[in-house]
Amino acid sequence: MPLILKLAFRNLIHDRLRFTATVIGIVFSMVLVTVQMGLYLGFRRTVTTMIDHAAADLWIVPQGTKCFEDPSLLAARQQYRARAFNGVVDARPVVIGFADWRLPAGGTTPVIVIGTDVRSQGLRPWNLVEGRLEALATPNAIAVDRSYLGQLGVAGLGAAAEIRRQRVRVAAITDGIRSFATTPYVFMDVEEARAHMGIPASEATYILVRLAPGSDAETVRRGLLATMSDVEVLTPAEFRDRSRSFWLFNTGAGAALFGGALLGMIVGTVIVAQTLYSATKERLIEFATLRAIGSSSRYIYGVIICQALISAVIGFAIAALIDAGIVRLTAATVLPIIITPPLTLALFLLALAMGVLSALAAIVQVTRVDPVMVFAR
Amino acid sequence: MTAPVVEAIGITKVLGSGAGEVQALKGVSLAVRGGELALLMGPSGSGKTTLLSVLGCMLTPTSGTVLVGGRATEGADAEGLARLRRDAVGFIFQTYHLFPTLNAADNVRLALDIRDERGEAAVAKARAALAQVGLADKVRSYPGELSSGEQQRVAIARAIVADAPAILADEPTAALDGQNGRAIMTLLSAIARDRSRGVLVVTHDARLLPFADRVIHLEDGRIVREEESRASDR
Repeated sequence: MPLILKLAFRNLIHDRLRFTATVIGIVFSMVLVTVQMGLYLGFRRTVTTMIDHAAADLWIVPQGTKCFEDPSLLAARQQYRARAFNGVVDARPVVIGFADWRLPAGGTTPVIVIGTDVRSQGLRPWNLVEGRLEALATPNAIAVDRSYLGQLGVAGLGAAAEIRRQRVRVAAITDGIRSFATTPYVFMDVEEARAHMGIPASEATYILVRLAPGSDAETVRRGLLATMSDVEVLTPAEFRDRSRSFWLFNTGAGAALFGGALLGMIVGTVIVAQTLYSATKERLIEFATLRAIGSSSRYIYGVIICQALISAVIGFAIAALIDAGIVRLTAATVLPIIITPPLTLALFLLALAMGVLSALAAIVQVTRVDPVMVFAR
Repeated sequence: MTAPVVEAIGITKVLGSGAGEVQALKGVSLAVRGGELALLMGPSGSGKTTLLSVLGCMLTPTSGTVLVGGRATEGADAEGLARLRRDAVGFIFQTYHLFPTLNAADNVRLALDIRDERGEAAVAKARAALAQVGLADKVRSYPGELSSGEQQRVAIARAIVADAPAILADEPTAALDGQNGRAIMTLLSAIARDRSRGVLVVTHDARLLPFADRVIHLEDGRIVREEESRASDR
């Protein structure tokens, strides 16, 4: 081990209680930052889950649509125009809307109804664990996620319920289709959905367009826009960006997540800075001795920065273990915390940067050290 | 006659400012040559420590010239002075100033590490320096496990390990009993036999006189007397 690293490490562990407190501070800071960033990634993924799973090359959406759950409507007849367009293989309507689900014990709970043409590829429920997709084409049939069965007050496949006072029957059960809010998704046939939500047949929320192999999406998009009014034509990537942007930045959710992460960074940096400062102050005579025997400032700064980096690495390693547990615990929740390898790397670099930043106060202090103090009696 | 390892020419040093201003050194000139052990003696407040600080490149003189290892300190900034100390000065302090978290070998090796001397060669040099001061069997001992005399020996090993020509010692025996004090001075005398090294010891202790080649008396910021000692016959 390089001597500078050994000196830094020994200086740190010399006062074990203080070192433990420092590491705990860093661990909490890193866990907070990681959870916030992991929530952000989970949120990013969850808010676009429907767009990600739709078999659509282009989305025709009402002008000004902000996100997938936006209940604005467009003229459904435009699906026929789209289908007739050169390069388009299929165009199917999707209707989306909020509705009240009557609970067996009394009262209601809101649900997001997704009405889709279950016979086409469009936007169909995925990860079916019970029932069949074809069953959704039958009257009043719905698909719900098994994680919502309790919340909706239904036992399982075949259970009956009411949406907007109209009977529905659970004909399929999915696994892992969860909304980032607590509002469950309920899939049903598009015509059934219109009937349940009072949306006329002439209207739809979106039209999902599939292109023929080799078709240029941009050319088709320009062509569609030229023949349609009051709509936008978005690629899935554009629709994802728009949805994320809306939920993260227009609702304040992103500010809360980033604010929490920033708070974690500040807390961690301040804790390490405070510890390093007091540890340096306590060992000022040693730094003065180093200076007196001819050490360069760079070497002394190196000792302090090594102390900060050792604290950061140990704190990060412990935080990473805790984070792994949190990821596992939240995997099946409404908002899973997702930690990717790039995020882990970014957080490690952040921990190191926090360490270096926190060393500044100690470095400023040691810069002022007068080597003559070694002669003090 | 060997060349001076450290030399002061007409130096003055003013400390403080305004009403608190004190002229600590008033035109001091002296040279410590290789192969020489000189004692710098004088009452408290005579300017001994200030002179040692100036000769050791920790303070710059208000006027006059200081040459360390043949290099002038004039115009050097803090980093430049540190470089001069690193290249040409080995310090021994009254209270040793060892690093309590490092063992004896690492304490000595630190003086090489700051000079970018690392690896097995540095380890071997540190062990050799400890062997030279009679601590070959204490390389793994921590300062807290060593007696006062042994700690000062480690400090001496640290001062000599990088072959600095000027060894400056500040009251090196003040914290030691008579026996340990004599042992340390014997060691410093032995170091001063190397003609490439000169040793200057600041002390109050008249018992050290027999070890000196020369004694320089400082009073009120001036050298008032210099005398050759019997040790110079060695």
